[in-house]
Amino acid sequence: MAHKNIIPFGPQHPVLPEPIHFDLVTEDEKIVDAIPSISYVHRGLERLVEKRDFNDFVHVADRICGLCSFMHCMGYCQAVEEVMGIQVPERALFLRTIWAELARIHSHIFWLGVAADAFGYESLFMQSLRLRELVLDIIEETTGGRVIFGSCKVGGVRRDIDNETLKGIVNRLTNMKAELDELTTVFINDYSIQHRLVGVGFFSKEDAYTLGCVGPMARASGFALDMRTLGYAAYKFLEIEPVVEYGGDCYARCLVRIREIFQSIDLIRQAAGKISEGPIDVKVKGTPDGEYFSRVEQPRGEVIHYVKGNGSKFLQRFRVRVPTFTNIPGMIKVLKGSQVADVPNIILTLDPCISCTER
Amino acid sequence: MSEPQEIIVIEKNNLLGIVSDLFAQGYRLVQIGCTTLQSSYELNYSFDKDYHFKNLRFIVAPEEEIQSISVIYPNAFLYENEIHDLFGLTIKNITIDYHGTLYRTAISTPFSIENCPVPEPPKPKRETPQETAETQNQNPEVDEQPKE
Repeated sequence: MAHKNIIPFGPQHPVLPEPIHFDLVTEDEKIVDAIPSISYVHRGLERLVEKRDFNDFVHVADRICGLCSFMHCMGYCQAVEEVMGIQVPERALFLRTIWAELARIHSHIFWLGVAADAFGYESLFMQSLRLRELVLDIIEETTGGRVIFGSCKVGGVRRDIDNETLKGIVNRLTNMKAELDELTTVFINDYSIQHRLVGVGFFSKEDAYTLGCVGPMARASGFALDMRTLGYAAYKFLEIEPVVEYGGDCYARCLVRIREIFQSIDLIRQAAGKISEGPIDVKVKGTPDGEYFSRVEQPRGEVIHYVKGNGSKFLQRFRVRVPTFTNIPGMIKVLKGSQVADVPNIILTLDPCISCTER
Repeated sequence: MSEPQEIIVIEKNNLLGIVSDLFAQGYRLVQIGCTTLQSSYELNYSFDKDYHFKNLRFIVAPEEEIQSISVIYPNAFLYENEIHDLFGLTIKNITIDYHGTLYRTAISTPFSIENCPVPEPPKPKRETPQETAETQNQNPEVDEQPKE
């Protein structure tokens, strides 16, 4: 039996520039256990509900994370709207859906770039971020922000997108598809990338289910879980099927994200075609008195925003269960039995978002 | 669209039995959450099967012990450690117990009753006949949104 060593991974690592730490217990090159350690920058945002009224708190929810900012904001607003019985206008629901899908595209392309950097493909990293820039430009033109959207509020949205601009967005994204095809072909077909990803970090469907995994991590193992099929926002008007792969390895997780970029472009096209004229918000009267668990599909999977109000303008409780937090047990399971050299790639393909986790 | 959500209030002692049943029925554990009340804590165990959301709920006093469900749902250990670290509740037999070191917080148990007093809910106003007349004269569509 080999001697056991503990190799620290993180909280600072060139492949994962976010503060999460793993103590990797190894026997030779094989990992036999992984002990995660989080909370290096825990912000306690959940308790800010004591100091910000439920309308102001939208801005806090928007800032939980950079990559998933809009989804946090939308999930929080949905929860408050459910508690208060607010009927959001249909146009606002479509606009929320379009912005949510733009956020998913830019998050997934960003992931592709970071993954390319981890493989040592500097040019591919640059090309990925160049394409992401096109999406950020659309977000900036329609919301005023590039990362923090600030466009969602309780009762609707703050800004409208006129129909001509929507057509322009669809055209720009359609044109981008050709470049995306070229970019993603490298990820799908390149020999070296396949060598690093195929068969590495295998995770079965049963494990994904029992360990409560969500998002691309679950869908890459054949577990078709996608909260968008619940039909929140305008998803009930759109045709959507969860993107599922069955490989269960790092390569399958990469494929899920690539296919989801194209799916999001198609969803934006559908939404732009079906959006109706009308108001974009309703007046909010009263204060929240009740509770609701809002479920939204972020780029990394199902996020839950729990809101409980007692009739005052300050919420009694706000809780966020982020996808990365629920994926950590799965992460430990995947790391056990893998090789030390594969750890950066495995963790990267699981795409942990520590900013969300340290809410 | 409002997603139907089932909230079932249970006895603390029945937790393991009910959770075992849900596991056998194929439910996945979605989350475990805790809410600070005036002098107790409300625990929510959320499950999902085929997008059917079910929530188990019970209330515990600060000194009460809770049995871990991590023997049934292995991923529960993370939520239980979180509740222990943030709320100070004692959860017994967690499969992977961090003993209070999962969260690095400036103060211990920042979400506990001592550190996180729950504000009183607003009392309904008793309106005098004069106030009622004044209210009727006011614009009924008063927006309570703060200035942006």
